Amino acid sequence: MKKYLSKRILSSLLAVIGLFIMVFFLARLTGDPGHLYLPIDAPLEVRKEFSEKHGFNDPIYVQFGRFVGDLVNGDLGYSLRKERPAIDVVLEAMPITLSLAAVAMTIALFGAIIIGSLAAYRPNGVFDRISRVVSLTAASAPDFWLAITAILLFSVSLRWLPTSGMGGFPYWIMPVSILVIRPLGLLVQVVRGSMITALSSDFVKTARAKGVKEKSVIFKHALRNGLLPVITVAGDQAAAIANGAVIVETIFGWPGIGKLMIDSILQRDFAVVQASILITAIVILSINIIIDIAYATLDPRIRHK
Amino acid sequence: MNKLKDTLLKVSNLAVSFDTVDGPIDAVQGINFELKKGQTLAIIGESGSGKSVTASVIMGILSCPPGRIKSGEVFLNNQDILKLSIEKRRKLMGNKIAIIFQDTLAHLNPVFNVGSQIAECFQVHKNLNKKESWNKAIALLERVNIPNARTRAKDFPHQFSGGQRQRVMIAMALALEPDIIIADEPTTALDVTIQAKILDLLAELRDERKMGLILITHDLGVAAETADNVVVLKNGKIVESGTLKTVFTTPKHPYTKQLMSSIPGRTIKSKKNKLNNNSDPILEVKNLTKHYDTIACDDVNFKLYANEILGVVGESGSGKTTVSNLILRLINPSSGNVFYHGKNIFDFDKKELFSFRRRVQVVFQDPFASLNPTMNVYNLISEPWIIHSNFLDKSLYAKRVSELLISVGLDPDDASRYPHQFSGGQRQRIAIARALALNPEIIICDEAVSALDVSIQAQIINLLSDLRDKFSLSYIFIAHDLPVVRDLVDRVIVMKSGKIVEQGFVEDIFNHPNHPYTQDLLKASPSVFNLINR
Repeated sequence: MKKYLSKRILSSLLAVIGLFIMVFFLARLTGDPGHLYLPIDAPLEVRKEFSEKHGFNDPIYVQFGRFVGDLVNGDLGYSLRKERPAIDVVLEAMPITLSLAAVAMTIALFGAIIIGSLAAYRPNGVFDRISRVVSLTAASAPDFWLAITAILLFSVSLRWLPTSGMGGFPYWIMPVSILVIRPLGLLVQVVRGSMITALSSDFVKTARAKGVKEKSVIFKHALRNGLLPVITVAGDQAAAIANGAVIVETIFGWPGIGKLMIDSILQRDFAVVQASILITAIVILSINIIIDIAYATLDPRIRHK
Repeated sequence: MNKLKDTLLKVSNLAVSFDTVDGPIDAVQGINFELKKGQTLAIIGESGSGKSVTASVIMGILSCPPGRIKSGEVFLNNQDILKLSIEKRRKLMGNKIAIIFQDTLAHLNPVFNVGSQIAECFQVHKNLNKKESWNKAIALLERVNIPNARTRAKDFPHQFSGGQRQRVMIAMALALEPDIIIADEPTTALDVTIQAKILDLLAELRDERKMGLILITHDLGVAAETADNVVVLKNGKIVESGTLKTVFTTPKHPYTKQLMSSIPGRTIKSKKNKLNNNSDPILEVKNLTKHYDTIACDDVNFKLYANEILGVVGESGSGKTTVSNLILRLINPSSGNVFYHGKNIFDFDKKELFSFRRRVQVVFQDPFASLNPTMNVYNLISEPWIIHSNFLDKSLYAKRVSELLISVGLDPDDASRYPHQFSGGQRQRIAIARALALNPEIIICDEAVSALDVSIQAQIINLLSDLRDKFSLSYIFIAHDLPVVRDLVDRVIVMKSGKIVEQGFVEDIFNHPNHPYTQDLLKASPSVFNLINR
């Protein structure tokens, strides 16, 4: 188990390094930051001075070397726009996104387990048929369209909910709902499938022959086995929420990491782009490692391999 | 009055059908039987005879739909349990009546440790707390002779051997001291020596707790060893019932007679004269050794002569399959050689290996897994000719497939059908036809009849015997079942822990076994004819 885990962490680290190199060079393709940060009529000397000051004049490999050197010292650079260390800007935005994602993922996962298990209990029953149509629709709904339509309906027409911004409970309803819909739809289908398999397994027969109560047969004996494939997909979906966050945060004006990434790319704020991608990558890879641990905890057969 | 009190379970006029796309199929058609205190009732029948369906009905675990109980009553202590509410029924299950299944790896929950699965019985029915029920679970594991029960209770099903898992299953069934235990093929997946121990344990517990035991089996030897009364099922109907001795010694129904006559190992024919050991062996195994983490096969030596059937017998883990894989050159040995017509197969170049592959064929145990479900019989049998392209002209494929199907007792029209349309025995015939396709010299049968019912087993064995004479074949016949080997083979090799402990002519080994292990094997393998006269 320990060996397995350290192997996973090592390969994750390699992935982060690879990603990081890619981001550094890709960011430089977006153009010269000087064009954005200086007035259009800025004289050549001023431009030169700006580039000189931030090191944009140096050959790209020198910039990269400097960047790596700084990184080793824990310095992720300085935000041009915010005029603060990039890492501070990112660490301020990250918890906002994480709490949004955590709430959304928790709702999606528990909702899916309950709906999927009930659907699997009587395959092709009324509940199963309805949940299948609804979950398929949910899994294939485009979130940007849903978000805009929801704003039109609930904020503009009905005036029930705020259009954007962060605040108390009403501000959370739309962004969280939009983030929940796709993973929920997908997970319901996965839970349903794996629970049908689990409920028709032989060990479920044994449990029933033991006189175990039906509730316990479903939610203890079958679910613990049925959860295994669900966890894999849920982990995948948790990572995908980072994608969803870019759209949802932009539309609803949430000051999270998704919005920060978009803004910093548009503003050619290289240090912030790099820092936010690095932190996001670390978060996603951590989620993957957590998934592996959860998998091994739930399935002793993996633990003993 | 006393007689009535002793009846634990009475099944009367039970009929069950399954709804399928082709209409309802009657699985059980009006069966009646009774179980008395302290008795063992064996329900004998082949796959599809309705014996497990009957057990499912009694245990309330029949899937409905597609299953449907059309009529009948099941009286437990003079109460028809089929009429009880779900909740009242649930309180009986595991409590008054419990079941032991065959495939313990699938029937124990893989994600819970065995202790908690046994302890659950006490939590469900007796409202005991975790600690009390855990201690009781450990006591039960000790009762069924699991060593180090206290630590092993925390282990998961996959960490136990098949025999131990069956003990865990028995401990679970025993937990609440039920009046009745149903054992559904409890030893089918186990080695003979372990089978004997499990059957002894069940009989001992039955006497100790005055339980009634229903033993469902297709193995007549197992029935003979444990049963007081016997019910013979065929196609969902009881064809014969009575005491063990009456049914086994004076069977009346033709089906029962056929079953009794297909029991392997009634007679040993002397085969010493038939063999011509003066000629050179076609296959000679010398000092063959294979190490994995453990020693799988250790200094194995034997010869195979032309037109000979050599039996290799041993329990799981004895190295039989490793030897077969080495001879087939599917794996390489750690040391030692295999000479085929005097030439070491491990020195073969590509061309020699290719022609060796044609001359040595194999038939595997599980005909459900070894035939590609997406290929029809014609494609399955003709595939070797596509690989060995100069063996047969393409225009002759259809004719040859028909000939082969006829020689294994199938219909030429079967060529266009797919494996799932055949029964287990028929599929094994297809596998044999495929092995014959390239006119081999040696066929290795790796537990080729172990998965089949007795009467089908007898048919396949007769077929193999006929084919040997017809095509002058040699077989290496690997089995864990001694009686089967006795009927078919000329010489036997007995293996244990990777080593050959004894080898010789079949009558010598069976009549005068020298090695203690061979003696144990013979003792453990229930012989129907000795047992019913006990």
